Amino acid sequence: MARMADAIVAEGLVKRYGSVVALDGLDLVVPEGTVMGLLGPNGAGKTTTVRVLTTLLEHDEGKATVTGLDVVADAKQLRRRIGLSGQYAAVDENLTGFENLDMVGRLYHLGKKNSRERARELLERFDLVEAADRPVKGYSGGMRRRLDLAGALVAKPAVLFLDEPTTGLDPRSRLGMWDVISELVAGGTTLLLTTQYLEEADRLADKIAVIDHGKVIALGTANELKDQVGGERLELTVGSAQDAASAKAVLTPLAIGDITLDERSHRLTVPVTGGADVLVDGIRRLDAESIKVLDIGLRRPTLDDVFLTLTGHAAGGNGAEEKQGEQEA
Amino acid sequence: MSAFVEALGDGAVVAKRNLIKIKRVPDLIVFSTLSPIMFVLLFAYVFGGSIAIPGMDYREFLMAGIFAQTVVFGSTITGAGLAEDIQKGVIDRFRSLPMARSAVLIGRTTSDLANNVIVIVVMSVTGLIVGWRIHSSPLEALAGFALLLLFAYAVSWGMAIVGLMVRSPEVFNNASFIAIFPLTFIANTFVQESTLPGPLKTFAEWNPVSAVTAAARDLFGNTNPLAPPADVWPLQHPVLMTLIWVVVFLLVFVPLAIRQYRKAVAR
Ligand SMILES: Nc1ncnc2c1ncn2[C@@H]1O[C@H](COP(=O)(O)OP(=O)(O)O)[C@@H](O)[C@H]1O
Ligand SMILES: [Mg+2]
Repeated sequence: MARMADAIVAEGLVKRYGSVVALDGLDLVVPEGTVMGLLGPNGAGKTTTVRVLTTLLEHDEGKATVTGLDVVADAKQLRRRIGLSGQYAAVDENLTGFENLDMVGRLYHLGKKNSRERARELLERFDLVEAADRPVKGYSGGMRRRLDLAGALVAKPAVLFLDEPTTGLDPRSRLGMWDVISELVAGGTTLLLTTQYLEEADRLADKIAVIDHGKVIALGTANELKDQVGGERLELTVGSAQDAASAKAVLTPLAIGDITLDERSHRLTVPVTGGADVLVDGIRRLDAESIKVLDIGLRRPTLDDVFLTLTGHAAGGNGAEEKQGEQEA
Repeated sequence: MSAFVEALGDGAVVAKRNLIKIKRVPDLIVFSTLSPIMFVLLFAYVFGGSIAIPGMDYREFLMAGIFAQTVVFGSTITGAGLAEDIQKGVIDRFRSLPMARSAVLIGRTTSDLANNVIVIVVMSVTGLIVGWRIHSSPLEALAGFALLLLFAYAVSWGMAIVGLMVRSPEVFNNASFIAIFPLTFIANTFVQESTLPGPLKTFAEWNPVSAVTAAARDLFGNTNPLAPPADVWPLQHPVLMTLIWVVVFLLVFVPLAIRQYRKAVAR
């Protein structure tokens, strides 16, 4: 297979905000026609990366090109070739869906007629025809997101950037958004997607770059990342905090890494190796101490485990926590 | 397409977007006209009796001052609008498009100018109802309105700079009020500057708002035959001085605003 050209190349990007180092020598290569998932917790530097690559922000050190164009020197030319949907839907509340897209088309200089046609086409594609002539004010979160994504596609960009496209959406809208994005990338668009959700990266991205503190700390397909961590996970739930503590002590000899304990649900995750034998062994040990186990099982590592192993802290949280964190950021 | 024509074309698209907002959220225009109407009525009936201007009716004197104050307040919409667009991420979207760097600002200041035109029309009618009269030729009167609007337009580029620096429209509004109240009150807007004490008088004499107010008074024929001649050059040549202020403001504010726009990023 011939090597495809690289759509995005970033080398040693550094961006500082005063004393905060938002990007700390970030390297990233995204081959044409592929989907790269940039996965990291809040404050990891995802948005900053997207802003640098979409010419919104100038970096302090390093070099970045998108479709071969330098993000600083060739910024204006580059803007014709990229589409961006930012972390918050940047749609105008007072305009209708149609007016929003038409305006974007005019600003890409598509001309009056083409802008209108393109707007109608995209409204249809994103299932917004019925709402097309209503002000965006009355749209749901999912509809706004879809409209924002449509705005990014107006000029049929060669490279698309989506910054946390499903953050803040309810589970159903999130599934809808995933479908839309999957369909889009099936058409061969190069996509850089940022997310805090491991499941999202797993589902949408060809390759995942795990980023923390402004650096890529791991890179690979979801499977490769899971293999990197190795072994399996013995997962069990007990009935009380006391049982959880004794279970932890009992299972420590079996663990090949740190045991994590979720205090609220009394759920333990024990990194192990050895397959079903370990499971049996674990159950015997717990039984010997008469610890009541509500639920126990053995599974492959998930991206969550990958994240925990690589960074020492968990990714994402529940929706409400994330929302709060973002407002602080 | 030359860069300038492109900037104007993009600016028109942005202006249209802002004007649609005026149409969809009519409360905005209602409140931005209600407050000047309230001012006209307050000053005409509440203060009018206690502020005596020997030689002329206070209402005649007052109108040019209220016009000046109102259009300067109108120009703050530029800053508040930009601050809101930054907050909502709309500026990020604009900045990711291959449009002219000046277009968002051209569009914003232009639609705010249109807003000021509407406000001036409403205020003129209110003024006429409470007894204000124009004593000059229609051409001079038009020149008076044009000068007020031009002045506000230049000021709105300054508001743009502040609007692009702050994080929210609320912060902008608080900041701009602190600047605008002294500028519009320590002036010849509501009292004759000659009656102000020492340093305030000097401030008022050199205050750009005084120049545009005096210019509008001249052009509307609302001048006081008994008033002593102005002590300083700016108020002796208010029309020329206002034009000078406009040129200076535009020369300074436009490049600074465009620079700030290029750096502005939502957080
Ligand atoms: N405009 C800014 N001023 C100061 N610090 C910032 C600014 N934008 C981002 N940061 C900081 O840079 C780091 C990376 O932020 P960001 O790229 O937004 O992370 P993410 O999108 O992964 O949550 C964070 O520590 C954040 O607080
Ligand atoms: Mg972010």
